[in-house]
Amino acid sequence: MTTYWIKNVSILGGQPTNLVLNEGRIGHIGDLRGVSSDDGVEEIDGTGLIALPGLVDLHTHLREPGREDAETVESGTRAAAMGGFTAVHAMANTEPVADTAGVVEQVWRLGREAGYCDVYPVGAVTVGLAGQQLAELGAMADSAARVRVFSDDGKCVSDAVLMRRALEYVKAFDGVVAQHAQEPRLTEGAQMNEGELSGRLGLAGWPAVAEEAIIARDVLLAEHVGSRLHVCHVSTAGSVELIRWAKGKGVQVTAEACPHHLLLTDDLAATYDPIYKVNPPLRSTADAEALRAGLADGTIDIVATDHAPHPLEDKDCEWAAAAFGMLGLETALSIVQQTMVDTGLLDWAGVAERMSYAPARIGRVSDVQGRPIVAGEPANVVLYDPRATRVVDPAESQSLSRNTPYRGMELPGRVVATFLRGKATVLDGKIQ
Amino acid sequence: MKRHLLSTADLSRDDAELILATAAELRELADRPIKKLPALRGRTVVNLFFEDSTRTRISFEAAAKRLSADVINFAAKGSSLSKGESLKDTALTLEAMGADAVVVRHGASGAPHRLAHSGWVRSNVVNAGDGTHEHPTQALLDAFTMVRHLGGSGAKPSLDGRRVVIVGDVLHSRVARSNALLLNTLGAEVTLVAPPTLLPVGVESWPVETSYDLDAVIPKADAVMMLRVQRERMSGGFFPTAREYSRRYGLDGRRMATLQDHTIVMHPGPMVRGMEITADVADSDRSVIVEQVTNGVAVRMAVLYLLLGGSEPAVGGEE
Repeated sequence: MTTYWIKNVSILGGQPTNLVLNEGRIGHIGDLRGVSSDDGVEEIDGTGLIALPGLVDLHTHLREPGREDAETVESGTRAAAMGGFTAVHAMANTEPVADTAGVVEQVWRLGREAGYCDVYPVGAVTVGLAGQQLAELGAMADSAARVRVFSDDGKCVSDAVLMRRALEYVKAFDGVVAQHAQEPRLTEGAQMNEGELSGRLGLAGWPAVAEEAIIARDVLLAEHVGSRLHVCHVSTAGSVELIRWAKGKGVQVTAEACPHHLLLTDDLAATYDPIYKVNPPLRSTADAEALRAGLADGTIDIVATDHAPHPLEDKDCEWAAAAFGMLGLETALSIVQQTMVDTGLLDWAGVAERMSYAPARIGRVSDVQGRPIVAGEPANVVLYDPRATRVVDPAESQSLSRNTPYRGMELPGRVVATFLRGKATVLDGKIQ
Repeated sequence: MKRHLLSTADLSRDDAELILATAAELRELADRPIKKLPALRGRTVVNLFFEDSTRTRISFEAAAKRLSADVINFAAKGSSLSKGESLKDTALTLEAMGADAVVVRHGASGAPHRLAHSGWVRSNVVNAGDGTHEHPTQALLDAFTMVRHLGGSGAKPSLDGRRVVIVGDVLHSRVARSNALLLNTLGAEVTLVAPPTLLPVGVESWPVETSYDLDAVIPKADAVMMLRVQRERMSGGFFPTAREYSRRYGLDGRRMATLQDHTIVMHPGPMVRGMEITADVADSDRSVIVEQVTNGVAVRMAVLYLLLGGSEPAVGGEE
């Protein structure tokens, strides 16, 4: 196995130092005099680069099994590696749905075979995501995939009793229910954020209250039964306020925000270009600002991508006919830099917390992922050049899909290298 | 004028006046024994209708034919919404056939916008009604009708200071959206009247007044436009019963009696007689509903003529 000497690199934005990755672990940090080297050493000039712990995504759609035309575990994890991720949680809304031990073990095994990052399957809460009956959560937890995160993402567990039972049941194996907060009746046929613009464009509105009502109910349920709740893709200022309130009361709730909700706003819908169609929808500037503030003060625990690949034909059509979702893995860190770091809201240690340590803790994988960069830890490391800029070209994506809303935008930063347990999955900005 | 007519928001006051003035010239044609002009000879207009619409399609067809254009009617049953041929493939087919203008009616809001801006076709695109978004030629023919009855004696078509009340399902109405914008551009004061459940979120930012009380606003109106209320809205819980809706927001003989003498009653059709309008009102002297249809042809002629590059006067250059 190659030993890497990364010279003059800034760990979490600190003073430049040297970082040795050896035998899958962080071997040494600091002065290299006296550090033994053999022929297998590869030196990397880390000047100007920041070292971050390998990023962990709690919300990725890998589409396999079932929609291999949009993404496979291999292509999706290649995209993840290019974005600096060393672990992704693969959402359950595949075909068939990941609601049995068999399916989650298949996804887990495909991730191991691909080898670009650790793949942790998310189990469905209910059979077929139908919201009727609990899936065999325990069987998925006990499987080789060791599922700890359960979600019907794409659909809301809207039945209050079912949600209560799920929250209670997963306590037996320290699981967490990740809720897609969307009151279904309030969002029938919904196409975009409900507001002045939806009324003008004649697109059915997706009101903020449909998200907030579910979050309010769920944090009360979580408090009542003493369970862990995770809220997916928080998109409104009101939701941030509710989560802040719940945390203040001591409710065990965690929450994620997506890069696109931090950067983009609903005025893009005026183009009627469904590249901007996503669920929950892009919201107002005030909502995006509230999300940034919530992410900065820790109300929102993590950034998660909601990477949602779709084939061209599902986006190259009229808005109402198009699929919800956008790519996110390869641009997430750049957008967090632009919206949070360059604005002074977060430092790089804060980015590490929100994109690596915290998601690993929520997913209960922090024994191997989301570890600090200190000697002896697994060598899951990203080298990132925050001074680079790039113009997003969908054709360069590792994803099989091209539905990035950032096409043609200039974004800051570039992932130079990603190491998964000491093995380079990305080097010189190229997939290995 | 812009290349496409997608929204009445795209029309400046000059544009709107030009269309209405051109329509007025073309309207005279309806009274001549030979109703045809050579203005668009050799040009192809495609009527692309993804939704059933007899009256709008026929109106556009008559308009194009009176300008001597070749007309292709393309009733695309089942859009990509219902897994039929996609909007894109249909558009590419039309492009290959050499359409100069595409008149499109589609159930999805923004579909004509997509057609015009996605690079699929080079044709001029005319929105003939998209989802719950807009129906600009309907608004133009409504404005044209109002100018004929209420426009005063000025040289330019104008609705300055005229009060127009639009009543009904504004939330789902593309006619209301297009009219609110256009009538404002032409100087009218528009009031939207509906139960609160049928007014869109954000309507306070529209250039209109709103009211929940029909009786309070119609005595001052110069024109009252009733919108169709689809019966399926009832199952959506927007109002309790058809009877209650009619009682609170329908135009009947009693309410008509409170109108000023010159006030006209309009309806974009198709009407649900007995729901939003009673038969005696629809058939009364105040009703200009049938005239709206006639005017529709003239307005659509003007739109097609101006979009397809009519720089010469439309009327007078007969060969």
